[in-house]
Amino acid sequence: MKILLKNIEEPDYTGSIQDYRRKGGYTAVSKAIKEMTPEEIVEEVKKSGIRGRGGAGFPTGVKWGFIPKNTDKPIYLICNADEGEPGTFKDRIIIERDPHLLLEGIIITSYAIKSHQAYLYIRGEFVYGANRLNSAIREAAEAGYIGKDILGSGYNLDVQIHRGAGGYICGEETALLESLEGKRGWPRIKPPFPAAEGAFRCPTIVNNVETLANIPFIINNGGESYAEIGVKNSTGTKLFCLSGHINKPGIYEFPLGISLRSLIYEHGGGIKNNNKLKGVIPGGSSMPVLASDEIDVSMDFDSLANIGSALGSAGVIVMDETVDMVDVSLNVAKFYAHESCGQCTPCREGMPWMRDIISRIKDGKGKKEDIDTLLDITYNVEGKTICPFGEAGAWPIRAFVNKFREDFEKHIN
Amino acid sequence: MEFSQETKQKFQEILSHYPVKTAAVLPAVHLAQEEFGYVSEEIIEYLAKFMDMSPVFLKNTVSFYTMFKGKETGKYLIQVCHTLSCSLMGAGNIIDYIKEKLNIDVWETTPDKKFTLVKVECLGSCGTAPVMQINDDYYENLTEEKIDEILSRLS
Repeated sequence: MKILLKNIEEPDYTGSIQDYRRKGGYTAVSKAIKEMTPEEIVEEVKKSGIRGRGGAGFPTGVKWGFIPKNTDKPIYLICNADEGEPGTFKDRIIIERDPHLLLEGIIITSYAIKSHQAYLYIRGEFVYGANRLNSAIREAAEAGYIGKDILGSGYNLDVQIHRGAGGYICGEETALLESLEGKRGWPRIKPPFPAAEGAFRCPTIVNNVETLANIPFIINNGGESYAEIGVKNSTGTKLFCLSGHINKPGIYEFPLGISLRSLIYEHGGGIKNNNKLKGVIPGGSSMPVLASDEIDVSMDFDSLANIGSALGSAGVIVMDETVDMVDVSLNVAKFYAHESCGQCTPCREGMPWMRDIISRIKDGKGKKEDIDTLLDITYNVEGKTICPFGEAGAWPIRAFVNKFREDFEKHIN
Repeated sequence: MEFSQETKQKFQEILSHYPVKTAAVLPAVHLAQEEFGYVSEEIIEYLAKFMDMSPVFLKNTVSFYTMFKGKETGKYLIQVCHTLSCSLMGAGNIIDYIKEKLNIDVWETTPDKKFTLVKVECLGSCGTAPVMQINDDYYENLTEEKIDEILSRLS
């Protein structure tokens, strides 16, 4: 069952508008705009049960429903293409190889939330992706899917690419809004949530690339058929990103609920050099690592939460037995220390403290109490910051220490 | 220093897509970096005048983003990813190899101003690690041989 890679996996598929239409593309836009009201589309997406693919997993249709009724302000759609969670590289493949699938999702979503201006915020490093999208937007405008009076319906929509400029935090939706407005990417205190007060203080929906790319399927086939894919509370297919010590790294699309073991050993070809698995991060580097005896888990939102981790962005980072978790946690701590936006003290100070303590341990200068100090810091960052970056940096470090404490102790004794 | 006529037109076109002028700050700074190669204090002052904005507001924004360069770099900016997946796949060796090959340290530029080497955080290409970006282009599944070949192609 492929929804997102269906076209891309065809050998001759170029991603041009001709190719996309040949594969049945843009039929969902026609159906949505000509035959459905915005409210009916929101209902259909609610029925599909799809949850946001950016990492937080919030139900998409419910989010759309939060736009205030009868607002007199303009409404904005923002496609979050600031893909930066370490271990994640799924949005890039859609952007570069099937840009019209994403655009069709953006057009339908804009119509459903009654927006006439969509911004596609793409991370600055994706220069090729931004160029690819710009030409796709031109193609779509020439074909009458973007611009004024779309398909003769009287509905207008402008889609503008907005390039970021380096900064992991801008993937957080309120930091992204600040960045879009020309400011530092400093997350906002919520509420107000973006649906009530987002870009330019107007109602705004921020959706991830992969989420939006699912919308044409939902419109073509109905929310109920989408809900039949996957498992309870985690419907649909998901792009899983395999990287690290694995024989066949890459992007794989499967219904949510596939087991992590099968992803790694059946589809990913197992561990490199026939080594043993030591640990695996299931959802991008912000999510707690799983030990090798925890991989018989279903890859869905609830099952991973039940064992103390999370699906996140489904960036699966595989680590073999040669890895020292002190090195890994130092790499992760350095990342979060570098990327902290500096707004909240616990995060701005806590992340470098964790980095420095792990660095000291690695250099053989650690003290016995350092390990517990590390854990203590994670609890003093978690929940004490404006945005979830605090957890994103604290959770993984806590899990590395708790699950691989002996690696840390080896450097101290 | 001043934007070319073509850039000024591009900027006006960009501006027309936003309800407020500040939203055009990142696009404008990108344009400046494309045209001038970097975004120095002097360039920020010019941009502030050009956009009729406070230079402090602009500086505050520009200094937040890692892609905006405060000073000139080599013709080719080699940005090697060293985040987790790349690191697991040998980014450390890749960085050491380039350092030795170009005889510069990280954050340094070769005397002929051709190459500057920097380390960057996750480029979002973890399945083809190790990865580097040179100016706008990605280079994936790096090996020492591949680096030799890539660098020799750049003139």
